[in-house]
Amino acid sequence: MGLSKPFEKLGDSCLSFLEQSGRMGIFLFSCLLNLIKPPYPLFPVIRQAHFIGVRSVFVILFTGAFTGMVLGLQGYYTLSKFGSEGLLGSAVALSLIRELGPVLTALMVVGRAGSAICAEIGIMRNSEQIDALECMAIDPYKYLLAPKFLAGIVAVPLLTCIFDVIGILGGYLVGVVLLDVNGGTFFQGMYASVEWQDIEMGIVKSLVFGLLIIWIAAAKGFFLHLEKSGGFGAEGVSRTTTDAVVLSSVSVLVWDYLISAIML
Amino acid sequence: MQSDKTIQAAIELTGVEKTFGRQKVLANINLSIAAGKTTIIVGGSGQGKSVILKHMLGLVRPDRGMVEVFGKDLVRASKKELNQIRMEFGVLFQNAALFDSMTVYDNVALPLRERTKLTETEIRAKVREKLDMMDLIESDDKYPAQLSGGMKKRVGLARALVLNPKVVFFDEPTTGLDVSRSNEIYRLFHKTQSQLNYTAVIVSHDVPKIFKLADYVALLAEGEIQGVMSPEAFQLSDHPLIRRYVEETMGPIYSSAKEEAGLYESA
Repeated sequence: MGLSKPFEKLGDSCLSFLEQSGRMGIFLFSCLLNLIKPPYPLFPVIRQAHFIGVRSVFVILFTGAFTGMVLGLQGYYTLSKFGSEGLLGSAVALSLIRELGPVLTALMVVGRAGSAICAEIGIMRNSEQIDALECMAIDPYKYLLAPKFLAGIVAVPLLTCIFDVIGILGGYLVGVVLLDVNGGTFFQGMYASVEWQDIEMGIVKSLVFGLLIIWIAAAKGFFLHLEKSGGFGAEGVSRTTTDAVVLSSVSVLVWDYLISAIML
Repeated sequence: MQSDKTIQAAIELTGVEKTFGRQKVLANINLSIAAGKTTIIVGGSGQGKSVILKHMLGLVRPDRGMVEVFGKDLVRASKKELNQIRMEFGVLFQNAALFDSMTVYDNVALPLRERTKLTETEIRAKVREKLDMMDLIESDDKYPAQLSGGMKKRVGLARALVLNPKVVFFDEPTTGLDVSRSNEIYRLFHKTQSQLNYTAVIVSHDVPKIFKLADYVALLAEGEIQGVMSPEAFQLSDHPLIRRYVEETMGPIYSSAKEEAGLYESA
């Protein structure tokens, strides 16, 4: 009896892992299916895109500008060791477009919108609002979740673009205006080194991140009542939201590596 | 049509079993809900009354057994069929389950907006009619958090009735309300049922007051329905579990037919 206990535990956690993965998979499938299925109500998508996108713009501007500025500063310091300050433009642009833009934007969206979506849906689950939707024959996947997915997939790449542009301007500000790198060289280097592939990678990443963030946040909230640690009450919502934020942040970084490795 | 349909069952549960984790909640439920009538399900706390309701709504699938609504098996129904059946349902949840980021008006209008092709003007007329019925017409731009418990229930009832459903489910409609508020709910229930002629399924603790509304009372105990009968017959039943429940909730019942039977015979 005593010997079999650890095996029981192992089997138990394996089973619950499989169950959870299956649930998440079916959840994503149902959401995407409902995205394709007509009708296509526009207004909820715009509302969600406004929440995820427009209301994140300020944060993205701020983080983008400072990221670009620090890149300009650090890049200048490193490049000047080799006497190649002229490469500052391409260094800033490439690191922003390929890596920092998509990743930092995604992390900001996780913090702002991911947590909010998880908490919102979790509370709706907790107070039987999702049951009420189902009883009114309103499909929560169609009504509640599909607009959020579409909004996320649209908003995150657009935010990433804003981040990139502002970041490059920030790098220009520090490099050219403050540190006296030649402005022409800054932009010439950028034109020469940034290729379509780099932009493509940035866009693919931000699309995947957008999907990933909404997926994890929405599914965590939606399946709050099935959480093993007990998803009850305010504490259940707060714990699940924390879980969702941590899990999405880690997933973003892991997928960032995977996509880079595949696309390079 | 009336005379045929009234005897027919709107909902029929046959041999329903449900286990959550290691706990068997429903052992063998056989229950038939008469169409056009009011059936009350009573029983101690934690016996699974709400679970039965969730089975009828198709929110929970039974481990074994059948749940038939208007002759259609919910367990085997496709999502589309299930939604079609649910179009005939109205539900008043225990805590009303109002959408808390929407106003009262939008809450009641939601089923119409999502499930019908009515124009906004027609929706407005219908919503106002239902809100008027519930004496809520002045609160239509308030949010659920700004309402009292009794008002929330009334909004929930207005929302449940807005599609003119054939069956309305009430999960503990008066729990947490004081006497006059619960009387108000009962009054509205009575009024709306006589207007709309819906079949009602009520899960309640409010014995014996709830008996006044009932056509049939069903006792859930030990995972089974112990009997469905008229409130009068329920209170006088010989069934040991029903008798115990009645005595626990209402005290010993005095029945002239029983207690004085010997008296009349000897006389």
